Amino acid sequence: MAQEKNNPIQDFFKNLPQSQLARAIFRTGIPRNRRQRMMIMLNSVFLHLHPVRLPKHAVKVKYTWCMGGLSFFVFLVLTVTGILLMFYYRPTVEYAYGDIIDLGEQVPLGIMREIHRWSAHLMVITVWLHMFRVFMTGSYKPPREFNWSVGVILLVLTMLMSFTGYLLPWDQLAIWAITVGSNMAGATPVLGTSGPGSALLALGDVNFIHSASDARFAMLGGRFVGEGALLRFYVLHCIGLPFVMMIFMIVHFWRVRKDGGISGPT
Amino acid sequence: MEAIKHFINTISAPYIMFPVVLLLFFFVFPPTTGLMKINRRLGLYKLWTKQGGIALFSTLIVFFGFGLTDENFRKIVMKPDNVPIVALIFLVVFFLWLSMKQGWENDARIAQGKLPNEAEDAKEKILVWPDLVYIEFICLIICSAFLIVWAILLPAPLEEPANPSVSPNPSKAPWYFLGLQEMLVYFDPWIAGVLFPTVIIFGMMCIPFIDTNRKGSGYYTFQQRQMAISIFLFFWLVLWIFLIITGTFLRGPNWNFFGPFEYWDPHKLVALTNVNLSEFIYMIVLNQKLPSNILLREMWGILLIIAYFGLIPWMLAKTAFRTLYEKMGVARYSIFTILLLMSASLPIKMFLRWAFNIKYIVAIPEFFFNI
Repeated sequence: MAQEKNNPIQDFFKNLPQSQLARAIFRTGIPRNRRQRMMIMLNSVFLHLHPVRLPKHAVKVKYTWCMGGLSFFVFLVLTVTGILLMFYYRPTVEYAYGDIIDLGEQVPLGIMREIHRWSAHLMVITVWLHMFRVFMTGSYKPPREFNWSVGVILLVLTMLMSFTGYLLPWDQLAIWAITVGSNMAGATPVLGTSGPGSALLALGDVNFIHSASDARFAMLGGRFVGEGALLRFYVLHCIGLPFVMMIFMIVHFWRVRKDGGISGPT
Repeated sequence: MEAIKHFINTISAPYIMFPVVLLLFFFVFPPTTGLMKINRRLGLYKLWTKQGGIALFSTLIVFFGFGLTDENFRKIVMKPDNVPIVALIFLVVFFLWLSMKQGWENDARIAQGKLPNEAEDAKEKILVWPDLVYIEFICLIICSAFLIVWAILLPAPLEEPANPSVSPNPSKAPWYFLGLQEMLVYFDPWIAGVLFPTVIIFGMMCIPFIDTNRKGSGYYTFQQRQMAISIFLFFWLVLWIFLIITGTFLRGPNWNFFGPFEYWDPHKLVALTNVNLSEFIYMIVLNQKLPSNILLREMWGILLIIAYFGLIPWMLAKTAFRTLYEKMGVARYSIFTILLLMSASLPIKMFLRWAFNIKYIVAIPEFFFNI
C-alpha cells in the first residue's frame, strides 16, 4: 500500500503549521475551530485593530463601500513607493527634474512614480468617498462626533500631502500649480502682504508684514517657488505631514473601536 | 452632430448650467416635505431604482462615448492628471445612486413598520476571521492590481522643466483645489483661498454638533434626515464636485469659459464690463461722481453685508426657522445659519455677476479689502 507509507516531505508540510517555529511566530496556528478563529484576532497586533465578532451588516460592501480601509491601504502603498522614490530623488533645483526622468528610464521596474502618483490621486478620491459614506449612514452621530472631526483633519492632511508632493517633479505643471496655490497664502488677512489688514501689524513706520516676511514667504521659504520651496515641500511631504497624519490616524482608528466599532442600527 | 455639440457647449456655460443644476437639485434631493411632494409627483425618486441607475449610467457613458469622438473633448479629458476626475465623476454618481437606493428602500421598509435592511443583517453575528479579513484581502488584491495596471497603461505626466519666466496659460492648481480656484472668479483670494477653506474645514468639523437629529444613525435613509442630507449633498455635489468639474474641464486660457467641445483659443475675447456696487449705485443709479470718502463710498455694501449676516439669521429665527431655532439653541443656530449664509453667498455673488455685472459688493482696494 503505497499511500499508507509515510512520505517525509509530505509529512514535513503537513506538520509545518504545528511546528515549533510556526507556533513561535503565529501563536495560534491555523485557525480551524471557533476558539482559534477568535484567538488569531486577539494574538496579532495588526489584526487586533479589528474586533473579534461583528454584526453581519458591518462586513457588507454595499454598507461600508470599503473606502476607509482602502484609504489606509493606499496610504501604505504610498509610504512604500514613496520610500523607494526617496532612494533616487534629490530635492534640489539642479537635480530634481533629471532624477524624475531617470526614475522612469534608468530605474528597473520604473513604474514606481506612476504607482505613487496615481495612488495619491486615488487616496484623495477614496478619502472623499469615505466621508460621503460616513455622512450618508449618519455615522457621525453620537457617540462618534469627535471621530468625524478627526476624520475631517485627516482629509485636509491628505490634500496637503498631495499638494506638497505635486511640486516635487519640478516641471512646469508642478511649479505653476504650486504658484497658484501659494499665491492664496499671500492674501491671508493680516498675515499676507496682499491680504486685507496687512498694514495693521506695524510698529510706527516699520511694517512687519512684507513680501519677505509673510504667510506666503513662510510657506515657500522665499519670495517665489524656488529652491527653498522645493526643500520645504519635500521635508513636509516625506516627514512632516506623514508624521502628523500618523498621529491623527492612530486617534481615528482607536476611536472607531472605542466609540463602539463601525456604526450600525441600534 | 455639430448642432448637438454646439448646443452642449452653450448650455454648459456656468450662467446656464449652474442655475439649472441649482433648481433641479432641490427637487431631486428635497430638503422639506413640501418639495418632497413635488419630487413624488414628478417621479424623481425613481432615479434611485435599478432602472434609474441604468438610465443614469447609460447617459453618462453615452455622453463620454460621444464626447471622445471629438478632438477637443478628448484632448482635455485624456490629459493624464484629468483621468482621475473622470473616474471621480463615475464613482460619485455610482455611490450616490447606491446610497440613495438603499436609503429609499429603507424608508419604504420603515413606512411599513419594518426595520431597515441593516438592522435585519445586524441580527446575525459573524467572526471577523475569516469573514471580514477575507473581504479585505480581496479588496487589497483588486486595488493593487488596479493600481499596477493603471500605472503601466498611463504614464505620470511630466512637462518641460520648471521655468519661472514662462507661465502656462491657464495656470491651474491641482485638481482637488479647482473648486476653490473657480471661486476666484467671483471672490478675491483672501475669501476664496483663505476664508472659505477655513470656514469649510470648520463647518465640516461642526456637522455632528449642529445636526441634533438622532435618527438615521448606522443605516441608509433619506426621509428621516432629508434636510441634513440635502444640505450636505448640496455642498458635496454642487459646490465641490461640480465646481471642480467646471474648473478642470471648462476653464481654458485666461480662465475663460470653454464648452466641452470647444477649442481652447488663447485669444478668445470676453468683454469685462464689471462694476462695483458703489459705482453701480452712485454712477449708474444716482448719476453722480463717486464720493472721495471711502466709508461714504462703500456704505451701501457694508450695510448690505451687515444686514445679510446680522438681520437674516434673526429674521429666520422668527419665521421659517422658528422650530429649528427652538430645537437647536442659540449657539448651534447661529453657527448653522452663518455657515449657510456664507455658502449661499457664492450662488448670490454668481447671480449678481451674471445679471448685473457686479464685481465687488464692498470694494476698498486701498486695504485689499474687497468682498
